[in-house]
Amino acid sequence: MGGGEYMIFALAGNQNSGKTTLFNQLTGSNQHVGNFPGVTVEKKEGIIRKNKDASVVDLPGIYSLSPYTAEEIVTRDFLIKDKPDGIINIVDATNIERNLYLTLQLIELNIPIVVALNMMDAVTSSGSYIDIEKLSHELGVAVVPISASKNQGIDNLIKKAFEIAKEKVRPKKMDFCEGHVHRAIHAVAHLVEDHAQNMGISMRFAATRLVEGDEQIEKSLKLSANEKDILNHIVNEMEEELGTDREAALADMRYAFIENVCKKAVFKNKESKEQQRSIKIDNILTHKHFAIPIFLLIMCVIFYLTFGLIGSYLSELLELAISSFTNFTDAALAHFGLSPTIHSLIIDGIYAGVGSVLSFLPLIVVLFFFLSLLEDSGYMARVAFVMDKLLRKIGLSGRSFVPMLIGFGCSVPAILASRTLPSERDRKMTIVLTPFMSCSAKVPIYAIFVAAFFAQNKALVMISLYVLGMIVAILSGLLLKNTVFKGDPVPFVMELPAYRLPSFKTIMMHVWEKAKDFITRAFTVIFIASLIIWLLQSFDLRFNMVSDSSESMLASIGTFIAPIFKPLGFGNWQSSTALITGLTAKEAVISTFQVLMGGDMSLTDLFTPLSAVAFLSFTLLYMPCVAALAAMKREMGAKYAFFAITYQTGIAWIVAFLVYNIGRLLIGG
Amino acid sequence: MTLDRINIGQSCKIVKVGGFGALRRRLLDMGLTPKTQVMVRKVAPMGDPIELCLRGYELTIRKDDAKNIEVVKWEEESI
Repeated sequence: MGGGEYMIFALAGNQNSGKTTLFNQLTGSNQHVGNFPGVTVEKKEGIIRKNKDASVVDLPGIYSLSPYTAEEIVTRDFLIKDKPDGIINIVDATNIERNLYLTLQLIELNIPIVVALNMMDAVTSSGSYIDIEKLSHELGVAVVPISASKNQGIDNLIKKAFEIAKEKVRPKKMDFCEGHVHRAIHAVAHLVEDHAQNMGISMRFAATRLVEGDEQIEKSLKLSANEKDILNHIVNEMEEELGTDREAALADMRYAFIENVCKKAVFKNKESKEQQRSIKIDNILTHKHFAIPIFLLIMCVIFYLTFGLIGSYLSELLELAISSFTNFTDAALAHFGLSPTIHSLIIDGIYAGVGSVLSFLPLIVVLFFFLSLLEDSGYMARVAFVMDKLLRKIGLSGRSFVPMLIGFGCSVPAILASRTLPSERDRKMTIVLTPFMSCSAKVPIYAIFVAAFFAQNKALVMISLYVLGMIVAILSGLLLKNTVFKGDPVPFVMELPAYRLPSFKTIMMHVWEKAKDFITRAFTVIFIASLIIWLLQSFDLRFNMVSDSSESMLASIGTFIAPIFKPLGFGNWQSSTALITGLTAKEAVISTFQVLMGGDMSLTDLFTPLSAVAFLSFTLLYMPCVAALAAMKREMGAKYAFFAITYQTGIAWIVAFLVYNIGRLLIGG
Repeated sequence: MTLDRINIGQSCKIVKVGGFGALRRRLLDMGLTPKTQVMVRKVAPMGDPIELCLRGYELTIRKDDAKNIEVVKWEEESI
């Protein structure tokens, strides 16, 4: 086929190496975001700019090809099974030793590879020097100096990548070791040559993995019992001679090789300029006494700007636009004389439903702008560092703190923000717990109930609800970490990257990605959900359109399920109906009450103070709105999303039951 | 001596990385291999985790995990 073949490149590298920025530079806006099969690890793919016949797949940021995290396994599987034509390995030049550790493992795969040595501008500006030719010679692969954030060297990188892929330039060497490890790997390589060939992987890679004790590779190579014995014998001998175990021996071997390479090719000041600057910034931001107040202050400012100043202003604007567009359509449809049913479907169903969810959009855009800023600048890692101890007890790490905090604003961006968590388990657990943080849409419900029943103790009741949510989250964490999310949490061994000025382009692309995703959801999942609710609200059981909402199917369903809530003290059909409409958006609970109670009724006719508290507890904890549900499904798949809403609603019932019945015992009613 | 006992600002040399499974592997992968020089830069405000400086970058690990890492003081070695 020659040069006309379609080529696929894999972009691999450490976290914080500038991988996303490089990916954006390589592809421009031609990106497609999905998941790797079977896991919720994000897979981004894009067409390389100016080259229609080549695309690049952005692999997760990893430090090693060991078989422990979902991210590492996905990367391995992709490189082994999908057989990209070339690997672009991004290496942070300011942190070259640790970055090259992954490079050595990638080289062993014997796939054409080019090293993109990123942040060369920072290296030069701090007076250090890297001999590119020497480095390339020592590693046996092509090395191209770039600065992804400044868009320097990218064309060169693309050219080189095509060159090595077209001519299938394999790495020149794969032998990074001496002595006992060297002998062991060679012996194993001979042993498994045929197996590796059958599996279609590099013999060297297979051998190194086996010596290292990689059970996954051992299984897929299908070694015979005899071969396994020989393997174990070789490894035992090596361990005895070295006086250390296989894993430490190989890590040591790789780092020893890298130290040697760096001695020859890297001439670096002890601390780079960036590192010195980071240390100074950290003297304040992770200061013993100031760290937590500063963090809270930053979050307050972000919350104020998002939910107060900018976000609410934009939301109002959007709502205004939506409502005038609705009015315009409304008038046009009336003028056209469309059937009242279809008319209502469009205006009360689609427009109202999708419109109310779309008004979240400005919040998401603004919030993600700030979150990306925190993430890309390197501050988020510090938050994890500062807050880790707090979350450890419930089986999470400091990384989960920010998504949960955002939950107090809105569950939707909070769930989407969990994407930055490095482990799949932590991600899922955080998503299940986040909706317990009382979101801002529930405030109007609390406010109206509190005003009706607890005029004396407004603040106390409100605060108690927030605290109740947090307590339930903590207890749930303790419960889930020992049941559903059992198993070792991913180790909290985290890099604190140097602070960097984030690239505006990368941030905007990130924000755009979230916004696009949310809009897509609004017009699919949420669209359908709105239709269903409208259908239930507008028709009775014989599918006649109703004028009085108390005759609607929804009210019938409300009446039908009301007995479930009788033990909680609010077995009236209005409450259960309001809870159902609350699924479109939590504010709808209040408007439903207003509609269903008619003019002469008030909340005090439906609730006692105690049952009001039970109702509020249930509202606080039960499954979130469809927008959040859609986000949950997106981030962790239908199975876990279903588990989450079942769990949340179950817990809500139990807590409300306890509140009501313990309350009754105490009051003696 | 183990890494969690090193004072802030002091350097040490790794002798052995204990523990098992994913955690140990991660520590090794991140460059905490024998003979590596490690400086303890900071302790988090709540007393845990700790911030290390090694191989020209900053890494944070929990004290419980640092207990598995055997070290000797850097000064002792240079004498």
